[in-house]
Amino acid sequence: MTAPSGGVLRADAAADAPALELQHIVKEFPGQPPVRALDDVSLRVDEGEMVAVVGPSGSGKSTLLHIMGTLDRPSSGRVLVDGVDTSILSDAELSALRGRSIGFVFQSFFLLPGMTALENVANGLMYSGVAVGERRRLAGDALERVGLGHRLGHAPSELSGGESQRVAIARAIIHRPTLLLADEPTGNLDSATSQGIIDVLRGLHAAGATIVVITHDADIAMSLPRQVSLLDGRVQSDLRWPRG
Amino acid sequence: MADRPHIEPSRLRFGDVLRAGTSGLRTRTVRAVLSAVGVAIGIASLVGVLGLSESSKSDLLDQIARLGTNLLIVEASEGFGAGNAALPVEAVGMVSRVGTVENVSAISRLDAAVYRNDLVPEGETRGISVIAADETLLETLNGAVAAGNFERALANDYPTVVLGAVAAQRLGIDNVTTGVAVWLGEQWVEVTGILEPFALAADLDRAAMIGYSAAAEYFDGDDVPTSIYVRVDTDWVSQTRDVLPATVDPQNPEEVAVSRPSDALEAQAAAEQAFNTLFLGLGAVALIVGGIGIANVMVIGVMERRGEIGLRRSIGATRRHIRQQFLTESLLLAGLGGVAGVVVGVVVTAGYAGLQGWRIIVPPLAVAGGLLAALAIGVVAGLYPAMRAARMSPTEALRSE
Repeated sequence: MTAPSGGVLRADAAADAPALELQHIVKEFPGQPPVRALDDVSLRVDEGEMVAVVGPSGSGKSTLLHIMGTLDRPSSGRVLVDGVDTSILSDAELSALRGRSIGFVFQSFFLLPGMTALENVANGLMYSGVAVGERRRLAGDALERVGLGHRLGHAPSELSGGESQRVAIARAIIHRPTLLLADEPTGNLDSATSQGIIDVLRGLHAAGATIVVITHDADIAMSLPRQVSLLDGRVQSDLRWPRG
Repeated sequence: MADRPHIEPSRLRFGDVLRAGTSGLRTRTVRAVLSAVGVAIGIASLVGVLGLSESSKSDLLDQIARLGTNLLIVEASEGFGAGNAALPVEAVGMVSRVGTVENVSAISRLDAAVYRNDLVPEGETRGISVIAADETLLETLNGAVAAGNFERALANDYPTVVLGAVAAQRLGIDNVTTGVAVWLGEQWVEVTGILEPFALAADLDRAAMIGYSAAAEYFDGDDVPTSIYVRVDTDWVSQTRDVLPATVDPQNPEEVAVSRPSDALEAQAAAEQAFNTLFLGLGAVALIVGGIGIANVMVIGVMERRGEIGLRRSIGATRRHIRQQFLTESLLLAGLGGVAGVVVGVVVTAGYAGLQGWRIIVPPLAVAGGLLAALAIGVVAGLYPAMRAARMSPTEALRSE
């Protein structure tokens, strides 16, 4: 039953199951009155797709990313990651799923100080039980893939913003996840550096990765093959441009 | 879809538990060291107090063992009857016939005074008494000669005097070269010996001693003993103590008092023990305060590292892994303090005991107990911050910046 690739188990996943499927997601936060951040969102991301999620602030982008990444549970509706229904999983199982199938890139890079770039990237496999030596080897590979093969031994404080985000991306792809989720990855960077980060993500996409990028930058969104725009917790439009 | 999908669980290797547990300490070294200092002080004082008390007690017990706990002193009790209570002349012989008695020596107080020379006004005796003694006294009391000779001096028929340690000092005599004499009972008497202090009979340190035969001849001495020193078979001390009054004075046993001078030293040992309890209490308070310090630093650390917690949750850490990480950190902090405290405690014990010339004893129980106490404090101090870190939802943690 177990697929040998990547260690992720696709127990009941058909070979053609989408990388991510959201079915009628509603997310309410308690309050007076309760805030409905997501209102019946359904979305399907196939393997190998690269999707931009855009929308003004408060439109529910970040909430959507948290739910896509199983960091938060929806009030109702189902999230299927790689064909696995996450609603029936325990908190520990969700952690394991994140550790094996999903990679995260955040606006503020969350690199641990006091560790080199290589160690930070290797941390991406810390909770998978992979031995340190192997982790470091894979971390070196991942840093090569984001074009930082020459900065392995540097501390986060010695890296520029763009370099830091590349390290964070390397950490997010070290375990070759089914799905890479990026939450405003260029939010803290100037436009030239931003373009570099987007190029890195495009390169990963070209190599087969499935990527969802949340952004408020219309130019970036327009440059990606598919664009989902959110407004007041609803999908307003879902556009795909033909390749090329 | 009824089949539950199998997700291979997250796994944190033991080395990685340590790696995660030290990640906070490496970047916040000063804070880590400072928070460990509190526990170190507590453990150091516990180990130091226990070590020093053991070392000093062993010294006292050595002293008691050296002097023997089997010495009894027989004297006439005071205040009973007409005040003329005295031990019978035949008391010494009676006591020596008791089967459990090993050595007996008696002294008799003389009605005489001793002065440095004949010019000192009468009555200024400086608290020095004059007694008659025999040559067995030194052996019975485990005494020692500082200068000159004891037995030969007391066996003389003509008066020569041996001075107790304090008496010699007060008279200003520190050697027994020929010709050193004191004015004793209206005549010059040659000093032929000076004694070391007695551990169990301090009043003899303030005495000038003359042989019995010379005392009878020159100073109107009689054989009525003032004090009788009795060495007893170690296994029969209290039984012997009970029979001595009736042995000494069958008619009036209630007029005979028997004391055991080693009781005083044992009381001193007990008193030091009571003092230790106080210091142990202070050490325990320091330990608790140190634990609170660690808990405080941990709580702050958890608040500051919300982002790290969120990140770890996103790369596969379960709540248990987060709890483990912060508990490990707290345990390491307290353990570090504990080890440093034990080292300081041992060094202080060794230094002070060495200075005092005591045997250096560090009770293994104190070391083990100190380390265990530190770890226990670490667990208690880390529990709340770790739970708090683990309870944080990933989204809440990631929202921090």
